[in-house]
Amino acid sequence: MIRLNNIVAEYTTRRGRVKAVDQVDLEIPGGVIVGVAGESGCGKSTLMKVIYGDITSPLSLASGSVEYGFEDERGRPVDHRTIRRQWFRRISYIPQSSMSSLNPVVRIRDQFTDFLDGSRKRADVLAEVRTYLRQLGLPPEVLDSYPHQLSGGMRQRVMVAMATFFRPDIILADEPTTALDVVVQKSILLLLMDLQEQMRNTIILVSHDMGVHYQITHKMLIMYAAKVVEYGDSADVFERPLHPYTRMLIDSLPSIGDDQIHEGVPGRPPSLWDDLRGCRFAARCPLATDLCRSTEPPLEEHRPGHYTACHFAGADPEQPKTATLARGAG
Amino acid sequence: MGLVQYVLQRLVAYLVVLFVGITVTFFLPRVMPSDPIDNYIAQLQNQAGQTLSPQAAQEIRASLAELYGLQGNLASQYVGYLKRVFLGFDFGPSFSAFPRPVSEIILAALPWTIGLLVTTTLLAWIIGNLIGLLAGYFHNRRSATVLEVIGVVLFPIPYYILAISLILLLAYTWQIFPLTTTIRPGVMTLDQIGSILYNSALPALTLVLAGFGWNILSMKSLAYSTKEEPYVTFARLKGVREGSIMTRYVFRNALLPQVTGLALSIGTIFSGALLTEMLFSYPGLGLMMRTAAGAGDYNLLYGTMTISIVAVATAAFVIDLVYPLFDPRIRFR
Amino acid sequence: MNLRLKLGLAILAVFVVGSFTLPFFTSIDPSVQGTYPKGLPMSWQHPLGTNSQGQDIFWLLVFAVRNSLGLGIVVGIVITIIATLVGLSAGYIGGWYERVVLMVMDSFIAIPVFPILIVLGTLVRGQTSFVILGAVLVVFGWAWGSRTIRSMALSLREREFVSMARFSGSSGLRIITREIFPYVYAYMVVGFINTVLFVINTEAGLAVIGLSKVEVPTLGSIVFWALNYNAMLVGPLSWIVAPTVATVLLFLGLFLTSTGYNDMYAVRRGRA
Repeated sequence: MIRLNNIVAEYTTRRGRVKAVDQVDLEIPGGVIVGVAGESGCGKSTLMKVIYGDITSPLSLASGSVEYGFEDERGRPVDHRTIRRQWFRRISYIPQSSMSSLNPVVRIRDQFTDFLDGSRKRADVLAEVRTYLRQLGLPPEVLDSYPHQLSGGMRQRVMVAMATFFRPDIILADEPTTALDVVVQKSILLLLMDLQEQMRNTIILVSHDMGVHYQITHKMLIMYAAKVVEYGDSADVFERPLHPYTRMLIDSLPSIGDDQIHEGVPGRPPSLWDDLRGCRFAARCPLATDLCRSTEPPLEEHRPGHYTACHFAGADPEQPKTATLARGAG
Repeated sequence: MGLVQYVLQRLVAYLVVLFVGITVTFFLPRVMPSDPIDNYIAQLQNQAGQTLSPQAAQEIRASLAELYGLQGNLASQYVGYLKRVFLGFDFGPSFSAFPRPVSEIILAALPWTIGLLVTTTLLAWIIGNLIGLLAGYFHNRRSATVLEVIGVVLFPIPYYILAISLILLLAYTWQIFPLTTTIRPGVMTLDQIGSILYNSALPALTLVLAGFGWNILSMKSLAYSTKEEPYVTFARLKGVREGSIMTRYVFRNALLPQVTGLALSIGTIFSGALLTEMLFSYPGLGLMMRTAAGAGDYNLLYGTMTISIVAVATAAFVIDLVYPLFDPRIRFR
Repeated sequence: MNLRLKLGLAILAVFVVGSFTLPFFTSIDPSVQGTYPKGLPMSWQHPLGTNSQGQDIFWLLVFAVRNSLGLGIVVGIVITIIATLVGLSAGYIGGWYERVVLMVMDSFIAIPVFPILIVLGTLVRGQTSFVILGAVLVVFGWAWGSRTIRSMALSLREREFVSMARFSGSSGLRIITREIFPYVYAYMVVGFINTVLFVINTEAGLAVIGLSKVEVPTLGSIVFWALNYNAMLVGPLSWIVAPTVATVLLFLGLFLTSTGYNDMYAVRRGRA
């Protein structure tokens, strides 16, 4: 379980402060894979940093807190300030590029153990690591290699192994497969799914690839311009999206037998430096009315467990507005 | 790139440096508007206080030409020069200490220079890199700025200025060290070693200080940029201890260009060391060159110049060979 | 403009303006011996006193700075032009030509200059001129600059706008002057300043041991005569301290300007 209490995260720059995550308030249940989607700059990476407790200058938390639903060694509930001590034990992180994220001049073996706190013998841990790697389909010689001696897929498997070895409660994965070719990509995602099924941990997966989300996530979180615009079970979100932005993201996915050109969502998100009023998506939204431009829609539960922030939730942008309004009212 | 391929490539580069160096030192003196034989005869006439008979001058000219390898056309001189240097390590006899062969005199002075250079270069490299690491890793602290300023001030100061400043301060004003080096030959007793260290302290300090600047500044900017590498960020997010991040992640990686840089700058360091030896009368190649220059001992000068090039190229080659120890990407394919 | 560049330019301005204008206000040649009484203390007439040869140390220093800077600038310009031509052509033409040039370049970087200069200095002693010295410095000074310019040209070769220019039929020369030069310009400035440093430093090193044209005052030859007449022991100390301090300041000024300019340009490039 992860509880995000009204998170406002800011970057301090020379121009002043800018809110990269603005009033995010929601709860992620334990044991699910949550996909986070949105265009670059929507705040998904910042949200990851906050959840991971990596809140260092220039990033700061203007308000809010994160609870993880577990206690530390002394029995105190862990929050975003103390989660740091649980890094790679109860919460771990899989970075985007395995090539540049591994130290090129140190053997994998030493990078597997250099975050140990010394409470256990290194040799014992290494023996366990060896067994674990074999389970993940990696030859144990991997441990004695340097990163450049491994293929891209093997390296990313090593990263997954590192992140899952201590069976953490939470795993954050930031675009874990973007640097890989499609076949390897798929095998890594399957591996993650397998492990999650065994360990029942919570995985938060950031990706711009809606196809990946469709394949492996249980829940979806859609962000737009520092706000959460939709959150719900993946099946619901993909079948019956409530927010027009989500719908457009999904529509940009190609499907089999479809020869249309998909150009993504037209237009660009607003600058976070601007004075933002009303719904932030209004400028790009085919359904936008004066209400949207003046009043910000709150994130509300429209169907059980399915939340969205839209005045016209569930409306089909292809249909005339009156009809959707009527349906929304009914 | 495999290890064998790497070594071969460095070996070729080494041979090219030797070839270019030897060739340049063969041709440059020959395009100078001055002739060592004329100089030498003029010197003889000055010393004798009378003019030599044309016949005697001619005889001396012929025998000198033989000694200098100046017979025949340029091409055959060049081939003869290459042969003598590479095959025989033969630079003819010295004139100021006739008939002692030049190679013998050089070999006597060489260990002093090598000893001084290796010690000071290693010291400057190790300490300079450590200071640079701290300055780069903690770049936003005030103390780091102080360390960097030390580097900025030290770096552009020429060797001879450092030498003179140290003499002025530590030998003249505060008479801690001797003004010039006096090393007497003798058995290596504890006293003798102590005396050598005491007498070499100022030239050594000069070379270490001169080496600091480059090492500090270059390590500072390397550590600063390495700190931003994704593997350092990931190590931090893994919860690796700060000390371990600084040494095993930032330092280990930032050190690689520093090894290459050392190989490239060894020529400059050597040049500075020669000048420093002269100013302190330290009994190495530098002082020997100065004496030889004063006496017009061209064989000794040519020999030392050639040996200097060979020594520097070899040192750079050795550093290149050590490099794979720091970089597993070359050791293992 | 960052602090380093400001500081460096300020120091350089004092040295350049001072040493190139002040000589017009005096009719005496400071290198002539016995112009003044020997060993005068510092005074308004003689700000740094006179030395044991009856020369005014302040004026000696002014002329020395001018001569050293002048030599540095002239040789620096020649070297920068050669380094740019060699570096650009190697980076742009590539192939065998580049490989050979690169090997020669690395050799010239690896060869220790000073022992060679000592031999040449001994050889032409008595007939030394700054022209010969300058020529030899050019032979040994072009390689460092070429190396940086080449790597710059190499990265530009693959850039889009260059290949666009090539496809649109521009000639090689035009591409180099119009498209590449503006990018290489900053490296040339930094390389030029570093070369001035190298030239002044090397001449001074040779002069200190009496192997340059020591009758002409330069930053090195003052020190040579001061050491020669044992200024350290019998005085005046200003004879040796003044050129030492001046050299340190001048070099600091050159170095700060070169790194400051480099930083400023790097920031500007980063923004673009």
